[in-house]
Amino acid sequence: MTRLLEATGLTGGYGQIQVLFGIDLTVDEGEVVVVLGANGAGKTTTLRALCGMIQAKGAVTFDGQSILGRKPEEIVRLGVAHVPQGRGTFADLTVEENLRVGAYVRTDAEIGADMDRWYTTFPRLAERREQIAGNMSGGEQQMLAIARALMSRPRLLLLDEPSLGLAPLITRGLFEQLTEVSREMAMTLLIVEQNANLALDIADRGYVLEAGTIVTSGTAAELKSDEAVRKAYLGY
Amino acid sequence: MELFLDRLVIGLGQGAIYALLALALVLIYRSTGLLNFAQGEMALFSTYVTWQLIEWGLPLALAILVSMGLAFLGGAAIERAIIRPVGDVEHNSLSIVIVTIGLFLAFNALVGWIWGSDGKIFPKAFTSTLDLGVTTVSWQTLTILLVLVAELAVLFLVFQKTKLGLAMRAVSSNSESSRLVGIRVGRMLMFGWGLAATVGALGGSLYASQLTTLDPSLMAVLLIYAFAAATLGGFDSPLGAVVGGLIVGVVTVMAEGYISWIGGDLKLAFAFVLILIVLTVRPQGLFGKEQVTRV
Amino acid sequence: MTATSASSGPATVGSPAPPTGLFADPRRLAVRVVVTVAVGAVLLYLPQYFPAFRVGQFNIVICYAIAALGLNLLTGYNGQISIGHGAFFGVGAYTTAILVADHGWSHFATLGAAAVIAFVLGVLVGIPALRIRGLYLALVTLALATVFPQIIKRFSDVTGGAQGMRVPKFRAPDWTGLKDDQWKYYVLLTFAVVSFVLVRNLVRSRVGRALIATRDNETAAEVLGVNLAFYKVITFGVSAMLAGIAGSLSVFNDPFVSADKYGINLSIILLVAVVVGGAATIFGPAFGAFFVVFLPDWLPQKYPQLSPVLFGAVLILLMMVAPGGFLGLVRQITAWAKLRFRSSSSPPPAPSAVGETAAITGSGDELASG
Repeated sequence: MTRLLEATGLTGGYGQIQVLFGIDLTVDEGEVVVVLGANGAGKTTTLRALCGMIQAKGAVTFDGQSILGRKPEEIVRLGVAHVPQGRGTFADLTVEENLRVGAYVRTDAEIGADMDRWYTTFPRLAERREQIAGNMSGGEQQMLAIARALMSRPRLLLLDEPSLGLAPLITRGLFEQLTEVSREMAMTLLIVEQNANLALDIADRGYVLEAGTIVTSGTAAELKSDEAVRKAYLGY
Repeated sequence: MELFLDRLVIGLGQGAIYALLALALVLIYRSTGLLNFAQGEMALFSTYVTWQLIEWGLPLALAILVSMGLAFLGGAAIERAIIRPVGDVEHNSLSIVIVTIGLFLAFNALVGWIWGSDGKIFPKAFTSTLDLGVTTVSWQTLTILLVLVAELAVLFLVFQKTKLGLAMRAVSSNSESSRLVGIRVGRMLMFGWGLAATVGALGGSLYASQLTTLDPSLMAVLLIYAFAAATLGGFDSPLGAVVGGLIVGVVTVMAEGYISWIGGDLKLAFAFVLILIVLTVRPQGLFGKEQVTRV
Repeated sequence: MTATSASSGPATVGSPAPPTGLFADPRRLAVRVVVTVAVGAVLLYLPQYFPAFRVGQFNIVICYAIAALGLNLLTGYNGQISIGHGAFFGVGAYTTAILVADHGWSHFATLGAAAVIAFVLGVLVGIPALRIRGLYLALVTLALATVFPQIIKRFSDVTGGAQGMRVPKFRAPDWTGLKDDQWKYYVLLTFAVVSFVLVRNLVRSRVGRALIATRDNETAAEVLGVNLAFYKVITFGVSAMLAGIAGSLSVFNDPFVSADKYGINLSIILLVAVVVGGAATIFGPAFGAFFVVFLPDWLPQKYPQLSPVLFGAVLILLMMVAPGGFLGLVRQITAWAKLRFRSSSSPPPAPSAVGETAAITGSGDELASG
C-alpha cells in the first residue's frame, strides 16, 4: 500500500497567531482517515496547510513529492481535491457550470460522461442543473461541492467538516454515498469532522486533534473503544 | 419631432462613448470584483499612445490595434506589479481603491508630463454622415455602435462559451474555490485587467477620433458618465454597460435640451443623481445579478 | 479530558487588570505633558520665525489638517470611504465667501453657518450611503467631487463661477499687534486644536467605540446593539462638518474662491493626507496635511507637474508597504522596540491594539474555526 500523503512536524497559523504545533499524520492509498477535534482545535487549519492555502512549516509530501510551500492551484493538479468548509460553491454559477469548472485541470474527453455519472449518483443535482448554485439548500450545495471535487478524478479527496450546517439525516446519507463512491473510484479520503460518530462509522483510521497537536491516533475501532475519546467526542 | 430625433441621435452618439468606457469598467469588475477608478486615465494614456503611433506614421486603424495590444500588456503588468501586492479584493478593497486612485493621479500627470497639456489634433475616422431622411447620423457614431455590438458579441462568446471565460467567472465568484479546482487565479486576474485595458484603449481612441482633439482632461468627466452607465446597467453585465450607456446618453441630452434649467453644466449633476437613485433603489442595476450576501 | 480551544485571546485570565485613569502611570503622564508643552511652544513660535509666505503655507496645512481629521473620522474610524470631501470643504468655503462678501457677515459668524450647512449636506449624503456599500460609496463620492465645481459654475452669478470671487480680507485687529498672516495662523491653530481634542475625546468615548465596532464588523456591532444607521449617518455629517469648517477657515486665510479649487483634486489630496499620515490615528491627519502641502516644494524645480505622480506613487507604495501611514509606521517601530526591550513579566500587548492600527486595510486575515 503506497503512502499517499505524509505530514511531519506541520506548524502554521494565521499571521501572528499560531494554530498548529507540529502535526504528524499519514494517509495511505485507499484509506479513509478522519481527523476529529472540537471547534478551534485546528482541524480546518490542518487541511488548509496541507493544501497550501496558508503558510506552513514542516514537511508535507504527496505521492513522494514535497508539496509544502506550493500554491493550492498547483497542488490540486497533482491529484488532490479539497471540499472546503462551508462548501465553497461558486454561488453565481449554475450547477452544471460548477461541475464543469471542477474538471478544469482535465483535458480528456470523458468530462461529459463524468458529469452524467454524478447526475445519476446525485439526482437532486440533475434536477437543478441550470439553477444558480447559490440558491440551493445547504445539503444540495454540499452534494454539489463533493461532486465538483470528484470531477477532477482526484486520488486524494479532502473534506472539511462536511456535516457542518446539515441535518444529521442528510449527513448520514451523504457519508454513505461518499464511501460508496470512494470504493468505486479507488479514492483516498481524508475527512476532518466534528461529528465523531458519523466520521468513525466510515473511517479506517483516525487522529484526534486538540489545541493544534495530535493527542490520540489509531484505527476507528481503537478510537471508538478508547474511553477518553468516547467521553469527549462520542458522548458516552 | 425632428428636434427630438436629432437629440435622440446625439444622445445615442454620446451614450455610445459612455458605453465604451463603461464596458472596460464592467470587465474589471466582472473579473476582479473591483471598481477601477484609474480606468479612464489608463484609457487616456493608451489614447495618447495611439496618437503617438499616428504621429510616427501608422494609419489610424493600425495605430489603434497596436495601442490595444500594448494596453493589454500594460493592464496585465499593472495587476501583477501594483494591484496584487496590496492584497485580495475580499479583505483589502479599501486599500485597492486607494491604489487605483494613486494610479489615476499618476497616469494623468504622466500624460501631461510626457506629451504636454496642450491639445493635440486627433484624426477623424469618418467625416461623412448618413442621411436618414428625418435626421442624419454620422458614420462615426455608427462605427462606434457597431464596435460596441462586436465587443459585446466577443465578450459573450468568451465568457459564456469558453473554458477561459468560465474560469474568469469562477474567479470573480469565489477566488479561493477557484484555486481549489486548479485555476491559476493570478493569471486570470492579469487577463481580466489586460482585457479591460484593451477595451479602454479602443474606447478612448474612438472617443478622441470623434472629438478630433486630445488633452489630459478628456477622461475625468467621461469616467463619471461611464460609472453612471455601468451602475444603471449593472456592474457585472457587459450588456448592461452598453444599454446603460445609451440610456444615460439619451437621457442627459434630452434633459439638457428640454429642461433649460439644467443646461450644459448640470448634465453631469444629473448623471450623479441618477447614480444615487439607482444605487438606493436597485443596486444591481438593470441587468446585474442581485448580490447574494453571505452571512 | 476536555478539548481546549486553540484560538488566541488576550491572556489576561489570572493577571490583574491594568490600572486606568490619568494619574495611574505618572511616568507616562509626565512624558506626555513635556511633549505637549514642547510641541505647543514650537507651534506658537512658528509664525514669529518664518516669513509671511511660509506662514500662509502653514495656514493651509492647518485647514487641510482639520478637513483630513474629518475624513479620517469617516474612513479610518468608521470604514466608509469618501473621495468627495473636497466638495464639503468647498461648501464651507463658499458659505463664508458669500456671506462675508455679499451679506456683510463677520468671518467668525460664518463659521457656524458653514458648519451647519456642511453637516446637513453630510447627512444627506450619508443617508443613501447606508444602502451603498464600500466601493460604490467611493464611486458616489467621486461623482460628488466631480459635480461640485460644475454646480458652482452653473450658479456663477452668486458664486463667481470659474472666474471666482474676491472676499474682504480677514484682518488682524490692532490690539493684538500681530501681522495679518500671524493672526490668521493663531486663529486657525486654535480651531484646529479644539477640533483635534474634540475628535480625540469622541473616538475614545462610547460613541467612538461604537464607530470602530461598526467599521470592523457590522453584523457583530448590530448584534451588540449598536444602532448602525444612526452612527453611520451622523459620522458622515460630523466628518463633512469638519471639512466645511476647514473650508470656511481657508477663506479666512486666502480671500479668493473659485470653482476649480474645490474639485476632485482637493478630494484626492485630502485622502492622500489621511492615508499618508495614518488612518485611524488622531494626529495622522496633521502629518498628512503637512506632507501634501510641502511635498510639491521639495520636488526639483524642473518638474512641477510631477507632484500628482508623486502623490499617486506614494499612495500605491504605502498601500503595499505601510498601509498604516506614517503614524502606523511609528507605532510599528515603537511596538517592536517595546517588545525587544520589555521585561518578560509584563503581559503581551492586547489584540485590541490591532484594531486601532489596522488602518485602512481593515481586519486583516480571517480566522477559520477549527
